Amino acid sequence: MSALMVDLSQFQAKGTESCFHDRHITPQILAGLDGSNWRLKDYESRGGYQALRKILGAQANGMTGMTPDQVVAEVKASGLRGRGGAGFPTGLKWSFMPRALPVQKYLVCNSDEGEPGTCKDRDILAYNPHIVIEGMVIAAYAMGISVGYNYIHGEIFSVYERFEEALDEARAAGYLGDNILGSKHRFQLHAFHGFGAYICGEETALLESVEGKKGQPRFKPPFPASYGLYGKPTTINNTETFAAVPWIIRNGGTAYLGCGKPNNGGTKIFSMVGDVERPGNYEVPMGTPFGRILELAGGVKGGRQLKAVIPGGSSAPVLPAHIMMDCTMDYDSIAKAGSMLGSGAVIVMDDTRCMVKSLLRLSYFYMHESCGQCTPCREGTGWLWRLVNRLEHGHGKPEDLALLDSVAESIMGRTICALGDAAAMPVRGMIKHFRDEFVHHLEHKICMVPSYV
Amino acid sequence: MIEIELDGKKVSVVEGSMVMHAADVAGITIPHFCYHKKLSIAANCRMCLVDIEKAPKPMPACATPVIPGMVVRTKSDKAIKAQKSVMEFLLINHPLDCPICDQGGECQLQDLAVGYGAGASRYDEEKRVVFHKNVGPLISMQEMSRCIHCTRCVRFGQELAGAMELGMQNRGEHSEITTFVGQTIDSELSGNMIDICPVGALTSKPFRYAARTWELSRRKSISPHDSTGANLVVQVKANQVLRVLPLENEDVNECWIADRDRFSYEALNSAQRLHTPMIKQGGQWQPVDWNTALGFVADGLKRIQADHGVAGIGALATAHRTVEELHLLAKLVRGLGSESIDFRTRHADFSNAAPAGSAHWLGLPIAALSNLDRALVVGSFLRKDHPLFAQRLRQSVRRGGAVMSLHAVHDDWAMPLAATITAAPAAWAQALAEVAACIATAQGVAAPVELPQDAQPNPDAEAVAQALLSGNHKAVLLGNAAAQHPQASTLLALAQWIGANTGAAVGYLTADANTVGAQWVNALPGAGGLHAGQMLSQPMKALLLLDVEPALDAADAAAARAAMAGSGLIVALTSFKDALVHNADVLLPITPFTETAGTFVNAEGRVQSFHGVVKPAGDSRPAWKVLRVLGNLLGLPGFNHETSEDVRAEALGDLASLPRRLDNRCRVPVSAAVTLPAPVVGLQRLADVPIYATDSLVRHAPSLQLTADARPPMAGLPTALWQQMGMAPGDQVRVTQGTASAVLPARADPTLAANTVRVPAGHAHTAMLGPMFGLISVERA
Repeated sequence: MSALMVDLSQFQAKGTESCFHDRHITPQILAGLDGSNWRLKDYESRGGYQALRKILGAQANGMTGMTPDQVVAEVKASGLRGRGGAGFPTGLKWSFMPRALPVQKYLVCNSDEGEPGTCKDRDILAYNPHIVIEGMVIAAYAMGISVGYNYIHGEIFSVYERFEEALDEARAAGYLGDNILGSKHRFQLHAFHGFGAYICGEETALLESVEGKKGQPRFKPPFPASYGLYGKPTTINNTETFAAVPWIIRNGGTAYLGCGKPNNGGTKIFSMVGDVERPGNYEVPMGTPFGRILELAGGVKGGRQLKAVIPGGSSAPVLPAHIMMDCTMDYDSIAKAGSMLGSGAVIVMDDTRCMVKSLLRLSYFYMHESCGQCTPCREGTGWLWRLVNRLEHGHGKPEDLALLDSVAESIMGRTICALGDAAAMPVRGMIKHFRDEFVHHLEHKICMVPSYV
Repeated sequence: MIEIELDGKKVSVVEGSMVMHAADVAGITIPHFCYHKKLSIAANCRMCLVDIEKAPKPMPACATPVIPGMVVRTKSDKAIKAQKSVMEFLLINHPLDCPICDQGGECQLQDLAVGYGAGASRYDEEKRVVFHKNVGPLISMQEMSRCIHCTRCVRFGQELAGAMELGMQNRGEHSEITTFVGQTIDSELSGNMIDICPVGALTSKPFRYAARTWELSRRKSISPHDSTGANLVVQVKANQVLRVLPLENEDVNECWIADRDRFSYEALNSAQRLHTPMIKQGGQWQPVDWNTALGFVADGLKRIQADHGVAGIGALATAHRTVEELHLLAKLVRGLGSESIDFRTRHADFSNAAPAGSAHWLGLPIAALSNLDRALVVGSFLRKDHPLFAQRLRQSVRRGGAVMSLHAVHDDWAMPLAATITAAPAAWAQALAEVAACIATAQGVAAPVELPQDAQPNPDAEAVAQALLSGNHKAVLLGNAAAQHPQASTLLALAQWIGANTGAAVGYLTADANTVGAQWVNALPGAGGLHAGQMLSQPMKALLLLDVEPALDAADAAAARAAMAGSGLIVALTSFKDALVHNADVLLPITPFTETAGTFVNAEGRVQSFHGVVKPAGDSRPAWKVLRVLGNLLGLPGFNHETSEDVRAEALGDLASLPRRLDNRCRVPVSAAVTLPAPVVGLQRLADVPIYATDSLVRHAPSLQLTADARPPMAGLPTALWQQMGMAPGDQVRVTQGTASAVLPARADPTLAANTVRVPAGHAHTAMLGPMFGLISVERA
């Protein structure tokens, strides 16, 4: 038993891992945070709820404010893309909502941040919760929605409790409820906590979970925009996406786009994790070179050699150091390099890391988190893990490498949700870029990286 | 209609169809496991992945809606590659135990593995083992490692049976199908899960290891139990029925049958089968040959006829017997000069018969039950009395229909009810009159009956009335208890008035497989004859019993036992040597439905004939042949039939004219018919006939008798009475009707009407009690 137990003390934070540093570049969401200034009055003093006032407050005074169409147009112009991982244009998603349909519609914030390595939504909700609330009220206004939920994963229960407190403040101040800021807009927002299933971060599994069912993804179509929560039209966005909205409204979509690169507007929070000197969340403009953000994070830990980077959370294919150093941190550049920006968790690996062992950990994770609903993922993730496990422990067979690649290929594109792809892509990425390490394991039954390193 | 191209063929399907439906239309087979035409779409097996032009990934045919101009290839390299890879995944953890698997030979996975599987597995790791589960006497979940997680059984429970008894627990490769915390599967439709399981994970416990599927011959038949007339495939090996499966008939039973239809075959092979005629001599049963037995019966009948006249001679039958048998029984009795013949052994109101020559029936086609907008069910233990009708009404609810119930108790029908009216049996007529009064008020017409001066407005009746005043397809359905009720004709008259004023069809669910047929062949008393209530309460000089066990089948079991004790010659035509016929003199072994040709007429008047599927057991003979020979021995004319078809032709006449002989009209005008009975003071008995106590076959089917539905009867008490008596769970009560009494375990039933005590009938533990709808008293025992 003791061999299986993990010594938690070695994972304890040193106090340097946070977002409370001045090594962001033109931050919008994390600007001016110190961990204690999360309350409503602090947020207001940072210009909070001004965007909402710009839209609604003006209306109450007989002025025009902004129409829902104008809000959507502004978000479209900003080039804001979904921060949850897929990078779908937010304005476009909002325009899919059948706003005039006289049925109950729902807005859902996906704070089920389960992607290994990712910790940005946790910090946003813990240290700047009102920015998410303001973003959601604006989104609800733009899409004619009166009820919303924020699904926060169960492992960060204290953050869920803080968000509830922030909701109470917002309700008391009239930012939530009926007749928000004296306008006709009404919006009820509720916090909802999950119980720690990775799959509930998949948007339709999240909806099932909110409905009180087992978290299993639904097949699509129909998409949530037509058949979502309780079968009603629903828009789901990531926490960071909502958090970006107030800045866009205050400063305009064009200004937001100007922060980043064309088609990749604004800033993005990257969770720099792994072998870096100063792990933490870093908010930088889209298109910042990887080398720059690595430098912000203090470089590779202990001055070691950079070996590889998983640039978008554990589901993204790994990229070797030389490819990564040529990339800028935006959707298009990373995609061109053969990976994806994903959730923004940048997992940095130095030259002491065995890629087979790293893949073993990832494969175990996906086997463990597969919901078991559809065949390729239920059966395939376990097969992948068993193959990698044999390789890692020196029991691999010469045909295993081809088999591993073939099994991963058989999973990809054939599952209900993206978890199958997420399990397969790291495997294929690792084999593609670090084949020699796998072959070394096969031939020598031992790591290429000496155990003394 | 939308036209798409499927494997080069143009196919037109209705909008909203899936690619799978288009493939069905085009006659193209797409391999699949989780898809089932009667279940919701899950798209989880991924076997039906096909290649759709312009889609980057292969798409599941079952869940991809057709769009105009879509080009689908089900056999392109991309599609086949996807299908083969899914098959590989399905097989890696599937045990290679086909040679000992009950599903072998009829297994979808086995069949498709031939087409899509590889010759050898690339999977070298340890295979998954899934622990077995015990879920009751009918379904075996002994080899759950075979499960491919298609969730058909789960969806069947949720959508068809109405209760989610199976679910998928755990995650990923630890997922397993199981009941909630080790409970049993108690649905009355559970056996269908065995049919829809595409692999050998759910198998039939009674059938396990009895035969390989290719050894069985498949023969068509009709279920002899409830009035659905479910079509069956009876599977036979070495002259023994080993399994019963549904025969698909969309108009009748769709592709389902109730557990009663499926597992009652065990009784056919029972050790209790009667193989030779028996005569009681000196209090001892003596086996005799047919000549002796029939000669004894004929002589006895002739002697009684000569000594006492025909008035004391009568016959009773159950409507689980065929048209041919009931016809010849009636003909025999009438040939002797008696009009005392009846099949309504559980009825109390014998004035409530259909017009002469006609039959009470469902009032609408069975298939229409699935599409009703409004259904008021009066006096029915619907889910247990008519499992498949309940399933159809459940579908109507899923489509937005409203099902309502008027009853003294509200058992869980596994569907949401739009409204319920709770009334003690004696108050049903008034409750229905209140519904009629609300309708009358809304329509501005006169109510059919004056309500008592002190009647309070009944919000439940108002809700039912309002529901019946809206919607297009409507029905008022009278259940078995409404037919057995002492005021059955009043209930029918009120139902007819409600039907006439709301446009609802009015019908009887009808109790048994051949209730309609029994009426058509006039197995009913004629002028001067005795009805079942009289024959079962006064001693008869001679009584012929066709598959009737008086103490279990009579409305008043106590009276029936007393009458039997005083009767003269009692001839029991039965399939079982332990048939509960007190004071019987002769037992004639007759064959059950599988060993004779015959005809059943179901609730909608559908005439369904069938052949015998196995040879008669021992010396038993089809009852129509026994009656035909008995007619000859009695020297009666017109008993020269050679085949069962001859008998049917004589019994039913012109088949084309039969639909005109379905008639639920009252014998007297509605307004004159209705007088509300005086209120009853005291406790009333409400008696259901439990689902596995309805007829001699289910009573002798061992596996059915092990189910939760076959537990010994309990006395149900309304909550107020329960508290007033200071009862605690596990306590027993003595229930008394007149001089008859029984001690039963008691339970509180919060849905039971006040002043009502529920004591089931049809069971040995209650076979000493009085009328099903009589007064009853309760005391602590």
